[in-house]
Amino acid sequence: MTQRTVLDAADISRAITRIAHEIIESNKGSDDLVLLGIPRRGVPLALRLAEAIASISGRPEAATELAGSLDITMYRDDLRGGSYRAPEPTSIPASGIDAKTVVLVDDVLFSGRTIRAGLDALADVGRPAKVRLAVLVDRGHRDLPIRADHVGKNLPTSSSERVNVSLDEIDGSDSVTISGGRE
Amino acid sequence: MKHLLDTASLSRADAIGILDIAEEMTLVSEREVKKLPVLRGRTVVNLFFEDSTRTRLSFEAAAKRLSADVLNFSAKGSSVSKGESLQDTIQTISAMGADAIVVRHGGAGTAHRLAHTGWIDVPVINAGDGTHEHPTQALLDAFTLRRALAGVPASGPVAGGPRGRGLDGAKVAIVGDILHSRVARSNVHLLARLGADVHLIAPPTLLPWGVEHWPVTVHFDFDEALRSEDFAAVMMLRVQHERMHESFFPNEREYARLWGLSAARFEKLPAHTFIMHPGPMNRGFEISAAAADSPRALVLDQVENGVSVRMAVLYRLLTGQEETND
Repeated sequence: MTQRTVLDAADISRAITRIAHEIIESNKGSDDLVLLGIPRRGVPLALRLAEAIASISGRPEAATELAGSLDITMYRDDLRGGSYRAPEPTSIPASGIDAKTVVLVDDVLFSGRTIRAGLDALADVGRPAKVRLAVLVDRGHRDLPIRADHVGKNLPTSSSERVNVSLDEIDGSDSVTISGGRE
Repeated sequence: MKHLLDTASLSRADAIGILDIAEEMTLVSEREVKKLPVLRGRTVVNLFFEDSTRTRLSFEAAAKRLSADVLNFSAKGSSVSKGESLQDTIQTISAMGADAIVVRHGGAGTAHRLAHTGWIDVPVINAGDGTHEHPTQALLDAFTLRRALAGVPASGPVAGGPRGRGLDGAKVAIVGDILHSRVARSNVHLLARLGADVHLIAPPTLLPWGVEHWPVTVHFDFDEALRSEDFAAVMMLRVQHERMHESFFPNEREYARLWGLSAARFEKLPAHTFIMHPGPMNRGFEISAAAADSPRALVLDQVENGVSVRMAVLYRLLTGQEETND
C-alpha cells in the first residue's frame, strides 16, 4: 500500500500558527473566545491553537481557559448501527460558552456528519453568539452543507483514500499522510 | 454485551467501561439541556412484579434523560392479578414495541429467563430477581465508592472524575442479611472483580449455602471484625422481613445489638470509613441515625448516582450493533 506524507511536523506547526492569527483577526482579539476540540485528535489541536492565540495576544497563561473538549458520540446519527462507541470526556471551560464565539476544532473535515453532531451537542450545552469551524485538513466529499472557516490544508482526495493524522500528544509524532486509493 | 443479568459474569473491563460512561452522564445534569438524544424514538419498558420506589423511578429518570419513551408496568392492578402468565405478559408488551426491558421479579432467574427463552428479542436489564442479583445497585455502589475513595464529591457532576480505575485494594465490609440480599450477591462479585477486598459480617444463619466458594472473608463477630480490620467502607444491608418465612435470629433487639451499626460502633470507626446502605433503611435497627445522617454516609449519593449509572447501562446495551452471541 502506498503512503505519502502531505504535512510534516513543521507544516502542521505553521498551519496552527496561521489559523491562530486568522481566528484572532476574525474575532478581533481573543476576548470571548472558546476553542472546543472534538475527541480525540481535535482536543490537542484545540489546545495548541489556544496556546498560539494566548501567546500572540501576550497572555500565554490564558491558554487553558480558552480550550476545552466537546464529545459528540451521543449525538452521532449512526449510534444504533456500527460497532459500540464509548463516549469520550467533554470539558467546557469554566466561563461557559453563552454569548461567546466558539471555534470547533477537528483534525479532518470529510462528510461533515461529525460537525453536524457537534452543532447539536453545542446547542445542548449553551447558546454561543457565533460558531466557527477550524480543521487541520479538509479532504472534501461532503454529505451535508457544512464548510470550514479555517483550514490548515485543502487536500483533494478520492473517497477510497485514507487520510491519517498523527499528533504528538496521542501518536508520538506529528504528520498527515494519505494511504490506499486505487492506483 | 446484550443483556445485564448479573455481575457474576460481568468482566472488569465492561464494569469499568460502564462506570466511566456514568461519569460522563453526571455532567448532563449541569448543562443547559439536561437530556441526551441517544434513545430518541425508542421505548424502554419497566416491568415491575415487585414493589420498588427508588429503582423504578431511577430507571424511568435514566431512560427519559436519554430521550427514550418509557412504559411502566407494575403487577399490581394488571392482568397478572387475573392470572396472566409471565410469558403472555411479556409477549403482550413485546407486541406494543419495546426496545429494552427492565425487569424486577420475586423469582430468582426471571431476567435470565426473559433473555434466553426467545419470548422477546431485546436487551433485558435485571432490576432485581428474588434473592439472586441486583446488578445496577452494585454498579452504583461501586461508582459511589470509587468517587469517595478518589477524594472527589461522591455524587454530582465532577469534570475530572476517577475514570479508568477499579477499586483495587479497598477493604469493604458487607454487614447483615447476606442470605436474602441480592444487593450483597451482586456487590460481592462486582467489588471483587474490581479488585476490592470484600469481607462479609453476618450471623451464620444469614449466610448463604456455598459462601466458602465466594471471593470473600467471612466474620461472625461485628465488633471483632471492626477491631481487626481497617475498612474503607461499611455497607449495611436491610433485614428483609418480607423474605423471611422462619426465624433467623431470636428477636429484633438482639439483632440490632449484635449486627446493627449502632451509634457506639459508629463512633469507634476510623474517620476515613464510609457508610453505605442500599435503602430503604430501618433506622434504629440495622443502622443508627448517628451513622445514617453523618457526613461519611453515602446513602443519598448512592441514590443520586443511580440515575447516571442506569443511563450508562442503557447507553451500553442500546447503542452499537447488537452482538450475535451474548
